[in-house]
Amino acid sequence: MFDFLAPRLKGFVIRCGARPALAEEIVQDVMLTIWRKAALFDPHKAQASAWIYQIARNRHIDIVRKESRPVPDELGEDPGTEPDASQIIGLEQEAEQLKHAIAQLHPDQKEMIVKAYMGDLTHQEISSQTGLPLGTVKSRIRLGLGRLRKELKGLR
Amino acid sequence: MPAITHHIPDEMIVAYVSGSLPHAFSMVVASHLSYCRDCQASLGAHRAAGGALLETGEGVAVDAGLKSKVLAALDAPAVPEPVYEAKGIYPGPVIHSLKGRPPRWKTLGMGVKQDILFEDSEGSARLLFIPAGQAVPDHSHNGLELTLVLQGSFSDETGQFGVGDVEIGDENLEHTPVADAGDPCICLAATDAPLRFRAFMPRLLQPLFRI
Ligand SMILES: [Zn+2]
Repeated sequence: MFDFLAPRLKGFVIRCGARPALAEEIVQDVMLTIWRKAALFDPHKAQASAWIYQIARNRHIDIVRKESRPVPDELGEDPGTEPDASQIIGLEQEAEQLKHAIAQLHPDQKEMIVKAYMGDLTHQEISSQTGLPLGTVKSRIRLGLGRLRKELKGLR
Repeated sequence: MPAITHHIPDEMIVAYVSGSLPHAFSMVVASHLSYCRDCQASLGAHRAAGGALLETGEGVAVDAGLKSKVLAALDAPAVPEPVYEAKGIYPGPVIHSLKGRPPRWKTLGMGVKQDILFEDSEGSARLLFIPAGQAVPDHSHNGLELTLVLQGSFSDETGQFGVGDVEIGDENLEHTPVADAGDPCICLAATDAPLRFRAFMPRLLQPLFRI
């Protein structure tokens, strides 16, 4: 797992704006957290990549802001839904469709979406970086999100 | 508890998930998520999108010694992180910010009280206590303001806000929220600019009260 995940994580963290030395440190922390908290990971609720994404972003933000991030309370299972194996398969399919939806995005939209999820740029900063008016950037993010949302709607 | 009708917009959930949202607003978003299954579902969807981007991106070779460093670190005893769970009317993220202590209310007059929980260059978050029937002082906003109800409810020109509901205000929203009859209304409010409480106290005094 380490050999597969660590380089991807490092690439991701660098794209999130970390310099290589910091990226190594974050990858080390995240790998450690993944191993330590593996027992807490519930495959009925999320894909592993979604869980790892959040751990990586949280660690990065905690280092940058020096303030530990607020985390929502767990709401537990929806009443009436029993966790079962089909949920795991459903989530796997959802992950595949998501990757497909992302690959289908127009390059402009994809660029904005990537920036938004990497969290290194705010809407305001995205617009000053690209010289685009803020309204266009926002609607591009919204447009890209709308398409992702449509993909996800059918799956929920 | 009546259903939550005022939610966090999707873009803000993305900003929260990715960490670009200022800390004060993240406190409100995380607190709303502590009540709201709908928004937790969006949170899950956006994490999945982030995960897909992580999985499909290019890798970068890691230092040859990194693996053994991680394995060595695994042998060291883990320092347990403090866990802050919901207590009374306060969701986990508020308890986290309070570090488990009860709020330290400071009176603002007319029975209205506040406790400033967090402040940095990007914004501030506070608890507000508003007695039933009491108007939250008429204020307009310089920037973005999020107000989440933790107890009771308030109403203004745009509707009614009960426990778990969040009102999003910006410079275009001129409103006069009033706490409804019943329990005092307690809110978590975050803003990225000093609030201008107009009918309430002279501007010059505001720095003293840090409003
Ligand atoms: Zn919601």
